[in-house]
Amino acid sequence: MALQDLCNFGDIFQESVGTARNVMAVGQRKSCSYATGVALSNSTSLFHFYIPEACYLDESPIQFGQISTMQSSSGIPSQETLPIPSSLPESLPFTSSQVVPLPFPMAHGTTTLAFMFQGGVLAAADTRSSCSGLVACPASQKILPIHSHLVGTTSGTSADCALWKRILSRELRLYQLRYGRRLSTRGAAKLLSHMLHPFKGTELCVAATLCGWDGGEPDDGCRAHKGSEMDHGESRETTKAHLEKTAGAPGEKVSVSKTQSSSFTKQQCSRRKISFSGPSLFYVCSDGTRLEGSLFSVGSGSPYAYSILDQGVRWGLTVEEATSIAREAVYRATHRDAYSGNFVDVYHVTSKGWTRRTREDLKEEYYREKEKRRLERERRGTTFPG
Amino acid sequence: MEYLIGIQGPDYVLVAADNVAASSIIQMKHDYDKMFKLSEKILLLCVGEAGDTVQFAEYIQKNVQLYKMRNGYELSPSAAANFTRKNLADYLRSRTPYHVNLLLAGHDESDGPGLFYMDYMASLAKAPFAAHGYGAFLTLSILDRYYRPDLSRDEAVELLRKCVEELNNKYRMVLVVLIRTQPGHQVGMFQTKVQKHAGLQRFGSDPVHQVE
Repeated sequence: MALQDLCNFGDIFQESVGTARNVMAVGQRKSCSYATGVALSNSTSLFHFYIPEACYLDESPIQFGQISTMQSSSGIPSQETLPIPSSLPESLPFTSSQVVPLPFPMAHGTTTLAFMFQGGVLAAADTRSSCSGLVACPASQKILPIHSHLVGTTSGTSADCALWKRILSRELRLYQLRYGRRLSTRGAAKLLSHMLHPFKGTELCVAATLCGWDGGEPDDGCRAHKGSEMDHGESRETTKAHLEKTAGAPGEKVSVSKTQSSSFTKQQCSRRKISFSGPSLFYVCSDGTRLEGSLFSVGSGSPYAYSILDQGVRWGLTVEEATSIAREAVYRATHRDAYSGNFVDVYHVTSKGWTRRTREDLKEEYYREKEKRRLERERRGTTFPG
Repeated sequence: MEYLIGIQGPDYVLVAADNVAASSIIQMKHDYDKMFKLSEKILLLCVGEAGDTVQFAEYIQKNVQLYKMRNGYELSPSAAANFTRKNLADYLRSRTPYHVNLLLAGHDESDGPGLFYMDYMASLAKAPFAAHGYGAFLTLSILDRYYRPDLSRDEAVELLRKCVEELNNKYRMVLVVLIRTQPGHQVGMFQTKVQKHAGLQRFGSDPVHQVE
């Protein structure tokens, strides 16, 4: 039911995007009335959506979303007929029209991180959802799988992130059904970025990293060669980093099939004309930033995580090493940052899809480390008396 | 902060941009490319607000390519610059103005090389040299002092090196400068790819070395 309404919503805002952009001399009223017309049809559904219209924001940003007598008397017909959703409480604090600049980024109360290495992409995040200084949920999910080979970390407003991830999953699934192949991570990042662009300047806040593995579609007969997908990863990996895979990697079974089917898959590559295959990492923000990279950390705890990651992350890490660095980075960030904490989730994306590690309580980690430090101190105490 | 610089010579235009993509105090990326190729002969450099830069630059890029597809010939750099400025001006007084500062560098068969300076207020000026960003305050006077219209390519690179050195000296932000050109291009676009890494450590007057 909800998804159907989302489908309607999708069509609405696509057109209102087009008309909003064409606001030159005449378009304003046109865009409003168009959005009005379609929004009315939605008002009967349970999943009621309020879309910020160009004219609303133009009129008075303070009254954004609120019922205002001023607007109804202003004489613009389209706004009067627009249904104001009762679900939006009027007591919500809206920002005043003067924006006070923050001294440093305080938003996005979370710590999420993601990085690429030879074994795929690793994503890790804490699980604390904060709301005005108190913990709303100590066990929330900040890494949301979008499809079998794509995982997204979320930061910003939880509701916004959850919704836009669902919309993105829907759009990617539609793409897959229409064109018979998965959209690449780059394409998904671009799609998300363009979907969020109309909301730039509004309260919407989504800062996500998309971690995925591209390439190796089953439709092209690569199903027969299980190792073929990883071969793409291998060939790409070697061209990219010129580093050798460490011998202890658990994904070692790949190297066996590599020699067998490498030539075959190269033919496959050229036939399918895929330009890219392998791990992929993109950062997408609702302010419009879209960056490709190999290491990202987002959220209020990100500086703390960055410092740990920058020391340890290399292409040649094993999966265990990578996991332990990711866990450590999140742990350190939760130790210092008030808005991050509770548990840590770790997701690992490979050519076979994503796998999730059991959620770990960082409180235990803290006590373990404390115990370790105590033992070390004792040991040092006995060797260096006094 | 972001930095763009352009120097026009008798038969080339040299442009450079820093490589950092920053989000407030964090540098998220150290190899971010701020140059957009509009056509074989025109390069657009774009800095400014986070999402606006890529959105606007890609919009201009696709429109210039569309013009070529529709009409069979490419837009001249001057026409492309005026088209870009017109778009900036149209959106300036809308609900969603683009906050971007641009340098457009191109080489025309008939007009020769051209460097166009545009800013977020939709101003346009064809200039022999130009710069954007806080770094411009430090480097424009160097350009004023040493620029000549008949600079050779090596001399222009030397002038750029002076500017970069000054930025390393006096400017607090980390600056990595990448001058991108398309190698193999005949007349017009500059041909060297120069990269210099600078940071809070003083490397002394590290000479800019050519990396092909």
